[in-house]
Amino acid sequence: MKQEIIIAGFGGQGVLSMGKILAYSGLMEDKEVTWMPAYGPEQRGGTANVTVIVSDERISSPILSKYDIAIVLNQPSLDKFEPKVKPGGILIYDGYGIMNPPTRTDIAVYRIDAMDKAAEMKNAKVFNMIVLGGLLQVCPLVTPQALEKALYKTLPERHHPLIPLNMEAVDEGRKIIQKQ
Amino acid sequence: MEKQEVTLMKGNEAIAYAAIRCGVDGFFGYPITPQTEIIETLAQLKPWETTGMVVVQAESEVASVNMVYGAAGAGKRVFTTSSSPGVALMQEGISYMAGAEIPGVIVNVQRGGPGLGTIQPSQSDYFQATRGGGNGDYNVIVLAPSSVQEMADFMDLAFTLAFKYRNPAMILSDGVIGQMMEKVVLPPYKPRRTEEEVKRECPWATTGRSAGRQPNIITSLELKSEVMEQRNLALQSKYRQIEEAEVRFDTQQLDDAEYMIVAFGSAARIAEKGMTSARKRGMKVGLFRPITLWPFPKKQIAELAQGKKGILVVEINAGQMVQDVRLAINGRLPVEHFGRLGGIVPDPEEIVAALETKLIKE
Repeated sequence: MKQEIIIAGFGGQGVLSMGKILAYSGLMEDKEVTWMPAYGPEQRGGTANVTVIVSDERISSPILSKYDIAIVLNQPSLDKFEPKVKPGGILIYDGYGIMNPPTRTDIAVYRIDAMDKAAEMKNAKVFNMIVLGGLLQVCPLVTPQALEKALYKTLPERHHPLIPLNMEAVDEGRKIIQKQ
Repeated sequence: MEKQEVTLMKGNEAIAYAAIRCGVDGFFGYPITPQTEIIETLAQLKPWETTGMVVVQAESEVASVNMVYGAAGAGKRVFTTSSSPGVALMQEGISYMAGAEIPGVIVNVQRGGPGLGTIQPSQSDYFQATRGGGNGDYNVIVLAPSSVQEMADFMDLAFTLAFKYRNPAMILSDGVIGQMMEKVVLPPYKPRRTEEEVKRECPWATTGRSAGRQPNIITSLELKSEVMEQRNLALQSKYRQIEEAEVRFDTQQLDDAEYMIVAFGSAARIAEKGMTSARKRGMKVGLFRPITLWPFPKKQIAELAQGKKGILVVEINAGQMVQDVRLAINGRLPVEHFGRLGGIVPDPEEIVAALETKLIKE
C-alpha cells in the first residue's frame, strides 16, 4: 500500500506539524515515509503545504503532481489541489471560510468542520489533530496507537501532559467527518 | 549485533548528526536558506561538550572556508556548509585548498540562481562544483546524495576521500534533499583522532615541528614556473588516479531498457518515479544515477548506453550535466535534456512528457 498525501492550508494552522506527526506514525509502524515541505516565504501569511508519503515499499519521488489524498484547509488550497487528486482519491476540507466547495464527483469528498470543533473545545491548537482524526477515520493508514506513540516521540517532554487532549481531538475528528 | 535505530529527520539534520558521529573535529559556517538547519542542529547538539568538536558561526562564508583551510592544514577533519550564493563566495578558498592539497569537506545545499536567486531547490551549481569553481586547473571530489540516508553516509565518505587524496571534497545536495524528512540510520560513533593519530596519518600537516624534522609548508603559491608546472602535473596525475578509482554510480532497470534517463540527486528520485510511470505506459526506460559527479562515470555511461535508442538527462537546471553525458556518448546516440529553472522542481509526469516529446516521439 502507498498513500501520497498533500496537506495544505494557511501558515500557522499546523499543516507542517500534522504532516510530521503522520510521518512519524508511519515510522512507528515500520513503513517507508517522506515528508517534503514547501519551505520559505510561503509559510508567512500565504499557503503552507507539505507532501507526505506513507508506503510499504521504497519511495521514489518526494515531489508529486497527483495525490491519493488532499487535505485542504482554506479556499486557495482547495482551489489549487482539488484538480490534483487522482480519480478515485480522497479530498478532505474544512468548511470554515469556504465559499466555493469542491465540485468533483470522481473522488470521495469529505468535510470536517475542525475549526468550529476546536473553538468548541476551546483550544485552537488541537485543530490539526481533529483533522488528522478525520483522515484516519476515512483512510486508516496508521493506527491510533502508532499516532499516540508518534506524539510521545515528537513532542518535547514538557508537552506530554497535553497528549491525552490531542488524542481526544483525534477522536472528535473521527466523529465529525462527513462524506459529501 | 546492536539493533540499528531508525529515525526520521531532514537531510540537513542528518549532515549535522553524521558529522558528530564520524569523528569530525570542527565546523565553520554561516547561515543561509535552505541549509540553516545544519548549524542550528549542531548548536542544539553542542558536540563541544561531548566529542570536543568545535562549532563556529563565522562572520561570513569567506571566513568559514578559510577557517577550514587553516584547521585542515593542521590535519583536522573539518567542514563547512552553505547554499549556492555562499558557496560562490567560498570558491577562492576551495581553489587555495586544492592548490595546497588540503583535505576538507564543503556541503552545498543548492538553491536557484544566478546571484541571490531564490531560496527554492536547484541543481544549477553542477558546473561550479565539477569544473573546479575557482581559478586554476583543479578538481574537487563531488558526491551527490539523493536521500537523507546518503546525506548521513556521505559525510564520512567525503572525509575519507578528502584525506586519502589530500583534496577538497564536496557534498552537492539541494533544497529538496536538505529540507525533506526521511528514515535514516545514523553511522556508528567513531572517536575523533588523537593528536598522535593526526601526526601519524598526516605527516604533511602543520602539527608542530619536532626536533630535526624539516618544516611542513602548506601553500598554493610557487613563483618558480618550472616548479609550479611540476606541481600542477602532480595534481593532474592525482586527478587521473581519482578518476580511475573513485567513480560511483547506481542503475535501475537498465537491462531491458531502450531509453536511459541520467539524473543525479533529487532529480534522480523524481526521475525514478517518472521511469516507473513511463514503464506502465509501455516505454522501456531505465535510470543511471551518477553518485560521484566528479569523477564523472563517463566510461560506465558509455558502456551501459550501448544498444539503447536515446538518453534523456534530467537536471534541475538549464542543461549542465548533459554536456558530460554528450562527451561520454560522443555523438553515438541522441542525448536530450529536460529541466526546470528558478527554483521550480519538475514533477514525475513532466519527465514522462519530456521522454515522449523529446526522445520517443512515436
